[in-house]
Amino acid sequence: MIWIDTLAQGLLLGGLYALFAAGLSLVFGIMRLVNLAHGDLIILGAYLILTIAHATGLHPFVAVLLAAPLMFGLGWALQTFLLNRVLGNDILPPLLVTFGLSVVIQNGLLSAFTADSQKLTAGAIEAQSMDLGIVTLGVMPVLTFASAVAVVFALNQLFYRTALGRAFRATSDDAVTAQLMGIHPQRVFAMATGIAMVVATIAALYLGTRANFDPSIGPARLLYAFEAVIIGGLGSLWGTLAGGVVIGLAQAIGASVNPEWQILSGHLAFVLVLLIRPRGLFPRAND
Amino acid sequence: MSPLLQIAGLTAHYGDFQALFGVDLTLGQGETIAIIGANGAGKTTLMRAVTGVARVTAGAVTLAGDNITRLSAPDILVCGIAMVPEGRKLFASLTVEENLLIGAHARQGNGFWTLERVQSLFPILKERRHSPGTALSGGQQQMVAIGRALMSNPQVLLCDELSLGLAPVVIKEIYAAFPQIKSSGTSIIVVEQDIGQALRVADHVHCMMEGRITLSGRPDTLSRDAIHDAYFGVSHA
Amino acid sequence: MNLSRPLGLIAALLALTTLYALPTFAPRAMVQDLFGILTLLVLAMNWNMLAGFAGLVSVGQQAFVGIGAYAMFAAVILMGLDPLVGVLIGGLAAAAFAVPMAFFAFRLNGAYFAIGTWVVADIARLAISQWKALGGGTGTSLPKGTAKDMAFVGPIKEALGVSTAAAADALTFWLMLTLAVAMLATSYVFLRSRMGLGLQAIRDNENAARSVGVDPLRIKAAVFVLAGFVTGLCGALAFIQITRVTPDAAFSVIDWTAFVIFITVIGGIGTLPGPIVGVIVFYALQRLLADYGTVYLIVLGCLGIAVMLFARRGLWGLFTDRSGIDPFPLTHRPPTSLALRHGDLK
Repeated sequence: MIWIDTLAQGLLLGGLYALFAAGLSLVFGIMRLVNLAHGDLIILGAYLILTIAHATGLHPFVAVLLAAPLMFGLGWALQTFLLNRVLGNDILPPLLVTFGLSVVIQNGLLSAFTADSQKLTAGAIEAQSMDLGIVTLGVMPVLTFASAVAVVFALNQLFYRTALGRAFRATSDDAVTAQLMGIHPQRVFAMATGIAMVVATIAALYLGTRANFDPSIGPARLLYAFEAVIIGGLGSLWGTLAGGVVIGLAQAIGASVNPEWQILSGHLAFVLVLLIRPRGLFPRAND
Repeated sequence: MSPLLQIAGLTAHYGDFQALFGVDLTLGQGETIAIIGANGAGKTTLMRAVTGVARVTAGAVTLAGDNITRLSAPDILVCGIAMVPEGRKLFASLTVEENLLIGAHARQGNGFWTLERVQSLFPILKERRHSPGTALSGGQQQMVAIGRALMSNPQVLLCDELSLGLAPVVIKEIYAAFPQIKSSGTSIIVVEQDIGQALRVADHVHCMMEGRITLSGRPDTLSRDAIHDAYFGVSHA
Repeated sequence: MNLSRPLGLIAALLALTTLYALPTFAPRAMVQDLFGILTLLVLAMNWNMLAGFAGLVSVGQQAFVGIGAYAMFAAVILMGLDPLVGVLIGGLAAAAFAVPMAFFAFRLNGAYFAIGTWVVADIARLAISQWKALGGGTGTSLPKGTAKDMAFVGPIKEALGVSTAAAADALTFWLMLTLAVAMLATSYVFLRSRMGLGLQAIRDNENAARSVGVDPLRIKAAVFVLAGFVTGLCGALAFIQITRVTPDAAFSVIDWTAFVIFITVIGGIGTLPGPIVGVIVFYALQRLLADYGTVYLIVLGCLGIAVMLFARRGLWGLFTDRSGIDPFPLTHRPPTSLALRHGDLK
C-alpha cells in the first residue's frame, strides 16, 4: 500500500513541476528561446507574493492576484527591451543574456532579502488532507496538481481557440510571413513572455506555500522544468504536464528507496527517457 | 489624378549586393500591372522592398499620397498593401480557415472581403477549412494564400509568382478569380515568369532585368521581340 | 602593424618570465591570488574552445572540475598516490566522463545542450555525494602532510628557502601557469590548423562545412573530450591548493562555470585573447567591489548582458575592430569577409 501512496505523491509533485515548466514550454514553443533565468524568475515571483502579503496582510492566494499583473509587466518589459534584441539564428546571445539575468536576479534577491529561507503561509489549508480510502492526500498538493491541469488547459485554449493564439502559432511557424499579416513578432513575443510570467507566478505561489525557499534555489527549479519540457516533447503543453509527472514519479520513487536519491532519480529518468525517445514523449510533428 | 501607388527611384541591397537600381513604377486605382522578368531580375526583391520585408536603401514608396518607405512590414499591411508571397508560405500549424483568418489579424473596420466572400471565391477552401493549410495541393494552397491576403481588404494586392510550380490548368483556375478581385476595387501587381499569363491579366506590363525596368507598355502595344529582348537582354543593335 | 607583432611578442615573453619568477620574490598571498586567476583562465580558455569555436554552449563544466578534484582525492586518500599523479588521474577521469556525457548531450540541439550538460553535471554531483569513502555529502580533506610529501616540494623548499606550504603553492602555481601557457599555445596552433579551421567553418555554417568534407560530430566530440581532460586537470590542481573538497564546492556552477562564462564573454568569445582580457577585468572587478558582497556578481551579470547587446565579440573584439590590430589572427580570410560576418550577427 505504501507504493500506491508513493505513486500518488509523485503524481502530485509532478503537477508542481509542470507548473514550473509550462511557461518555459510556452516561450520555447513560440520563439525557440530557452530562458535560463526561468527558475530565478519563479523565485522572484515568490518573493513578490511574499512582499505583497506582508505589506497588505493579504492571504497569499489573494496576493498572487496582485503579483500576477506585475509579473506580466516584468515579462513583457524583459522581452521588449532585452530578449527581443538578442533573438536570432545565433543561439549564444539569448542563452548568455538569460544566464546573466539569472545571476543578476539571484544576487539581487540575495541583497534584498538575505539568504534566510522564507515561506508563504497559507494557514490551515496547509495541514488539511483528504482521505480517499486507499491513500490520504494533502489538500495543497491536490490543489497544485489541479492548478497545473487548469493552467495547461487554459494555455491550450488560448493557443488553439483565440486570435492571439493564432498569432502565436503563425509567428512560431514563420515570423517573416507573419509580418505580412500585420503581426509584429516582437509584440507577440512580449505577450508570450508576459503570459509565461503569469504562469510562473502561479508556480511561485505553490512553491512558496509548500516548502521553504531562498534566493539560491532557482536553477534547480529550472532543471526540473527543463526536464519536464524535454520529456514531454518540445512545444506540447500536455506533454509538458506528462513530463512533469514523469519527473515527479521518478523523484518520489527514488526518495522512497533513499531520501538522498530523490533528485538523482529525477535526473536519471530524464536521461533514460531521452536515450529511448530523443524527441520526448509527444513531439510536435513539424519541428 | 495621382496614382494609388508610386514607386520612385527604389534601390535595395542584399549585403554588398545591389538588387534594385532606382526602379520607378506607378499603379493607378483599380489598375492591374504585371512585372515580368527572368530569375534574379529583382522582381521578388521589389515586392519585398515595397512590403517592408527587404530594406530600402534609397528611393520612396508612396501609397495614396503617404510615404510608406520606412514603415515596418506589419504597418505597411495596415496601410493597405497585402502580399501573396512566392512559395505561398502558408502557416503549417494553422488550418485552412485559420490561415484565412490570420490574414485579417490587423484589419480595422469592415470591407468587401470577408471569410464568406473568400470562401465563395474559392469554394474548396470552405470544404477543406479544417485541414492543415499545408495538407492541400499546390493550387489550393495558392488559393488560401490569395484569400489570406484579401482578408485584410488591401488597396493593393501583390502576387509574387502565382504560377510557380503549378500545372497550366491550375494556373488558369487561379487566374479565373482575378476579374472578381478586380471588381472589388483592389489594385493588383502580379509578378510572373509566365509571360502569356501576365499579358492576359494586366493593363500595363513592365519588364525587369538586373534590377532595372527595361521595358514598359500596354500588352497590346508590346511586340514579342521587344519583350524577348527586355527579358533576356539581347540587343538588336 | 609591422612593429606590433615583435613588440607584442617581447612584451609577452617578459610578462611570462616575470610570472614564472614570481614565487621567488612575491608574497605567498599574491602567488595564491594569481593561482586563482590562472585557474579561471584555464577554465575560460577551455570553455571558449567549446562555446566560442565549437558552438557547444556547455553549462556543465563544473562536472569536469568536480570529477577531476574527486579523482585526485581518491588517488591520494584511497590509493596513497602522489597528488601530482592524482592530478593526471583527475584529468583522465574527467575525460572518461566526457565520453558518455557527450554521447548523451550531443543528442540535444543548441540551447538544450546547455541545460542538458547542466543536468549531467548535477547527476555527477549527486552521485559523488553518495561516495561515502570520500565523505559523502560533507566532503573530505587531504591528509595532513600531503603537501610535504608531494614530489618536488622538498627541493623547491630548499632552493627558495620557504616554508613547505609556500613551496607547495609555488609548485601548483608553476603547474597551473604551464597549463595555461600550454593551453594558449595549443589553442593557437590548433585553431590555425586544418582541423581548427574546420571547426570554425562548422561554427559559421555546419552544412557548408559538411559539404567540404569536415565531420562536425567527430571534431566537436574530440574538442569536448579534450576540454574535459584539461578542465579535469585544472580542477584537480585547484583542489590541491584548496586541500578540502565537498560536492557543493567541487561541482559549483557559479564558481566553475558562471564566472568562466562571464570572463569569456566580457573578454571576447570566439577570440583567443578574450579569456585573458576577461580574467583581468574579472579580477579587477572582484578587487574593486570586494567590500560590497554580491554586488560584483550583479555587475558581472549586467556586464555580460551588455556585451551581448552591444559588442558580441567582447572587449577584445571591440579593440581589434576599433584599432584594426589583431596580433593573433586566426583566419586566413581577407578583412572584408570578417566585416561581413560581423554585420551578419546584428
